Amino acid sequence: MRTARTHFPSAVAMHGALLLYMLIALFPIFVILINSFKKRKSIFREPLALPNSDSFSLIGYKTVMEQGDFFLYFQNSMIVTVVSLFFILLFGAMAAYALSEYRFRGNLLMGLYLALGIMIPIRIGTVAILEMMVATGLVNTLWALILVYIAQGLPLAVFILSEFMRQVSDDLKNAGRMDGLSEYQIFFRLVLPLVRPAMATVAVFNMIPIWNDLWFPLILAPGEEVKTLTLGSQVFIGQYVTNWNAVLSALSMAVIPVLILYVIFSRQLIRGITSGAVK
Amino acid sequence: MQRSNTRWHIAVFLAPAVLVYTAVMIVPLFNTLRLSLYTEIDQHRVFVGLENFRTLFLDPIWSKQFWNALANNFWFFVIHMLVQNPIGILLAAILSQPRLRFAAFYRSAIFIPTLLSFVIVGFAWKLILSPIWGIAPDLLNTVGLKSLYAPWLGKEEYALTTLALVSVWQFVGIPMMLIYAALLTIPDEILEAGEMDGITGFSAFWKIKLPLILPAIGIISILTFVGNFNAFDLIYVAQGALAGPDYSTDILGTFMYRTFFGFQLQLGDPHMGSAIASAMFTIILIGVCIYLFGIQTRMRRYQL
Repeated sequence: MRTARTHFPSAVAMHGALLLYMLIALFPIFVILINSFKKRKSIFREPLALPNSDSFSLIGYKTVMEQGDFFLYFQNSMIVTVVSLFFILLFGAMAAYALSEYRFRGNLLMGLYLALGIMIPIRIGTVAILEMMVATGLVNTLWALILVYIAQGLPLAVFILSEFMRQVSDDLKNAGRMDGLSEYQIFFRLVLPLVRPAMATVAVFNMIPIWNDLWFPLILAPGEEVKTLTLGSQVFIGQYVTNWNAVLSALSMAVIPVLILYVIFSRQLIRGITSGAVK
Repeated sequence: MQRSNTRWHIAVFLAPAVLVYTAVMIVPLFNTLRLSLYTEIDQHRVFVGLENFRTLFLDPIWSKQFWNALANNFWFFVIHMLVQNPIGILLAAILSQPRLRFAAFYRSAIFIPTLLSFVIVGFAWKLILSPIWGIAPDLLNTVGLKSLYAPWLGKEEYALTTLALVSVWQFVGIPMMLIYAALLTIPDEILEAGEMDGITGFSAFWKIKLPLILPAIGIISILTFVGNFNAFDLIYVAQGALAGPDYSTDILGTFMYRTFFGFQLQLGDPHMGSAIASAMFTIILIGVCIYLFGIQTRMRRYQL
């Protein structure tokens, strides 16, 4: 019965379509990467050729290392992303637990209130966020970014995590209560370990937009000391716009960490999306 | 079971999330809406009612920019709906075919651009389309279409469409994944029942699968809408805050940034910026309401 579904010519057509689109998706990245390892002349003479012993050069990377503070930018991005994720997961899981475990007055209303932020982008409030950060002296600190990203990530985190927490068995929690565990101990010792896969999904979902964001770093933390990698490479490339070696190398350096993370987390990410967590 | 009357732990569990969310998201959102009703006169904040909106919609200089940005934004959205979502659905339909080899590999590879930052995407495409480097004209030359080449990003009539297509290139992975997930939930029995009735291949997709994934298509449409109406980064990276050439790629996000933050000789005006933000908020809210009340509730959901 099932053999009728994929005929030979249609399989070829399907592979052809996928290969063609894959080529379109990867070609620009490929061109940037190979040219970042070439001498300036070869970049222009044969942009599509792979670097060979004749055209190979690391001059672009050298410029980037000397002129841009990429390690600092990278470190800033890491701190912002990791700290934001930690608090999104901790606060998000706590709120999700309260909403899914306890019946109390206003439960539904609170859930709806927190869900508002899934559809309304936090950028709309930028003017007042900047005023607030200036007033509290947080402007040009990494905390300004971290706070914004926590607020931005919480709604979806609460939504996804509470779906998963409803599936944790009541017997387990009640057994814990019988054994005299406090509600906090039940949450941290029994429930959190069980929703780890959902937490990983939330983490991966939030990681990409936080790491790649340009808007808030540009507005809240443009100072040299607190630039994130995304803003740092934008400013650097803007300054070196005619130095093609440096621009291509800076772009490649920004691509590579993302690709490495993707190789590590792609299974988690794809499973997260396809498990229907975002329905 | 013994239970104290005030269950403090509920408050403790809720407090951190609610506080941060309220303080950093909800309060600034309403404050921004409120600020749009004020203006600054002699370094004092003065309440002016809807004056800023009158300026925005009716003043010749402001309204020209506003309607231009709004129209561009709609075009940006239309391109996404017409190109990104159909391609995403098509790719998902192919990927979800049973026993397709290398499906996981294709899926991962096609998703890569979605992970890249706008900075990488914007500059990479700027270089590739650049007449100086010549990759785009050379490629067109090899297929005999060199006459089609133009410095797209530099021409008023093409720049916005080009950037919209670059954005499509970047984000095709999202509709692809969500539709793919929806297609996986369709049980085999339904498709086999269709096969019994002679519905296979392409018509099986049209007649059986597509109606079943309509809710997912609704979700990707509203995600695209919200994403497009607060887009900013790609235009800013590729064309700068002035969204050139001659504002032809200006969308609401870049317009708001320029107005609120100031650019070059133009001084920043937080109150006009807030007015634009309020307009964006209204547009997004209308879109979300149309989706929630007009589309989602009317869509037939099939019990699978």
